[in-house]
Amino acid sequence: MALAAFFADQQPVPGHRPWPRYRLDRAQWLKLVEALEDAPWTLIGLWGEPAQVHAAFREEPSTIAVASLDCAEGRFPSLAKVRPGAARLERAVRDLVGLEPEGLEDGRPWLDHGRWPLSHPLAATPGPAEAMTDAGANYRFLPVEGDGLHQIPVGPVHAGIIEPGHFRFTANGETVVRLEQRLGYVHKGVESLIAGKPVAEAARIACRLSGDSTVAQGWAFAAAVEAATGTEVPPRAVHLRAIKAELERIANHLGDFGAICNDAAFVALHMQCGVLREQVLRAAGAVFGHRLMMDRVVPGGVGIDLDAGAVATLLGLIETLARRLPPLVQLYDGKPSLLDRTVTTGHTRPDLVQAFGAGGHVGRAAGRNQDARAMPGYAPYDRLTFKVPVLTEGDVNARVWIRLREIDESLDLLRQLLGDLPAGPIAAPVPPASGEGMALVEAFRGETLAWVRIEAGRVARGHLRDASWFQWPLLEHAILDNIVADFPLCNKSFNCSYSGHDL
Amino acid sequence: MLKLFADTLGRGPYTEPRPELLDEDVQQLAAKVEAAARAKLGRSLSIRQVDAGSCNGCELEIHALNNAIYDLERVGLKFVASPRHADVLLVTGPVTQNMREALLRTWSATPDPKWVVAVGDCGCTGGVFAGSYAVVGGVDAAVPVDLRIPGCPPTPTRLLQGLLALMARAGG
Repeated sequence: MALAAFFADQQPVPGHRPWPRYRLDRAQWLKLVEALEDAPWTLIGLWGEPAQVHAAFREEPSTIAVASLDCAEGRFPSLAKVRPGAARLERAVRDLVGLEPEGLEDGRPWLDHGRWPLSHPLAATPGPAEAMTDAGANYRFLPVEGDGLHQIPVGPVHAGIIEPGHFRFTANGETVVRLEQRLGYVHKGVESLIAGKPVAEAARIACRLSGDSTVAQGWAFAAAVEAATGTEVPPRAVHLRAIKAELERIANHLGDFGAICNDAAFVALHMQCGVLREQVLRAAGAVFGHRLMMDRVVPGGVGIDLDAGAVATLLGLIETLARRLPPLVQLYDGKPSLLDRTVTTGHTRPDLVQAFGAGGHVGRAAGRNQDARAMPGYAPYDRLTFKVPVLTEGDVNARVWIRLREIDESLDLLRQLLGDLPAGPIAAPVPPASGEGMALVEAFRGETLAWVRIEAGRVARGHLRDASWFQWPLLEHAILDNIVADFPLCNKSFNCSYSGHDL
Repeated sequence: MLKLFADTLGRGPYTEPRPELLDEDVQQLAAKVEAAARAKLGRSLSIRQVDAGSCNGCELEIHALNNAIYDLERVGLKFVASPRHADVLLVTGPVTQNMREALLRTWSATPDPKWVVAVGDCGCTGGVFAGSYAVVGGVDAAVPVDLRIPGCPPTPTRLLQGLLALMARAGG
């Protein structure tokens, strides 16, 4: 069944842009769950409000719809049996809003570690902190039974300069037989902080959801606000946003390429990539006044314009990268001792990638051809030429190659963007209107979603869904039957966000 | 590979001269470092980085300290994997409720004499996340802080300045 056909006899909620949102009753929601058993619709987001739960779906390539259910009794039928990627999102809804996902097998909390001074912070009336079976160190990891198994607990404080999270490995000798993640350590209450704030202030918080994706997430939030308020962003601002987003993608991919080689003890490439990454950040700092370009995308447009000198700086950077990266790629591809570590390591199954709707290099290295810049597509990419590289091997090596090819594409996109920069203003005023808006933006690690309800220029409710939500669970599978020592390689090749996921 | 080495030898090191110390850092540290500690530590400090709730922005710039351009190790500073090997805890924040105990345990596992450097606006004060139910506050809401390096995030140069000031005081 087509997604549009499922909702054919429904009236969309007025003022939700650019895609429709439908309010379902319980019977219709149950019909939706049933339809999901056969329909190939991808779950792209699931979030809650005090008495409502929302789930967003995409039918490829570009049909998108949001289904909402009123939860008067504080519960909703779980989607996790038909969309496994929903499980952690539903646990987060239970923790944050207090709505109970009926039929969700996993009764454990996810973001709530029993350490907050309250419970259900996003509920209409947050409750007092509750005594919890799974508080702190008492979290019930899944039991593992068998001869000769041992467990290795890692984190939340890791042995490197890494974000905090806990990995519980069960190994048989050197071989990993199970990995279970526990996340939520860097939960900062982002959605509670955003609620009630004027859009400009909320945008600063959205830019700090995950520092490595500040441009993409700032853009997604701004675009959702603009959709909700009917703000037209000037073409020059749209181009400048894309320039920043591609610089961010290149900087992150360079860092990851080097770091993956470093985790295979090939330090020379790490050092070379570190120098190139630094050059990208310095150019960004010189041109946009901030090395990571934080707060450089604002609702309505962008903060800083580019002058002719800045364009020359960026063109110079592009030529430097185009000259210096190919020898490094050749070096990677010509070192059997390095490829021995990356080829066939950390394999992700294509069926799981589809089931979880994993995007970014995780999905595209395992045959899932999805990139928000092309599907559903947004300006200015609709007028630009670029390829979305897709491989099928699904191993660490494939994820390296997706990154390398994307750097080439991004360099070419930058040439197109800088060569055809429209004149005009760089921002439009955001009217103090009301409405609901949603946006999908391709960050370096995959598609990021932002949803907002704006009431008179303030954010009544905002939800931000990093790509990592649908990638983290696949890492648990990718490491199976690999040796413990290959976990850093697998983890780095995914490079999921902790902060972006923990909210 | 050989060509890469030849090119690198030909162009000389990427590493740039170390930045000048900032008075504000030196003053923050003036009262806090004892002469006895200097004698013990010599001209080298080991750093254990702890992310106590950061957005990862500070970590990206701390990573950059290890690249060939800033080359932290040349000045006697190095990152270590265990707090038990560390003289300095380099802590980014805000400190979340869910990370507070892990930070305290890391701090307790670090032998004396030790210093705590709070990194970034969030590490200094909680930043844009201050006031959230999920956030304890800046680093000093959980452990005593010796030096604050503000910025969102601080640049690698700014981080290096702060750490060099600490070296000048603590490392003799």
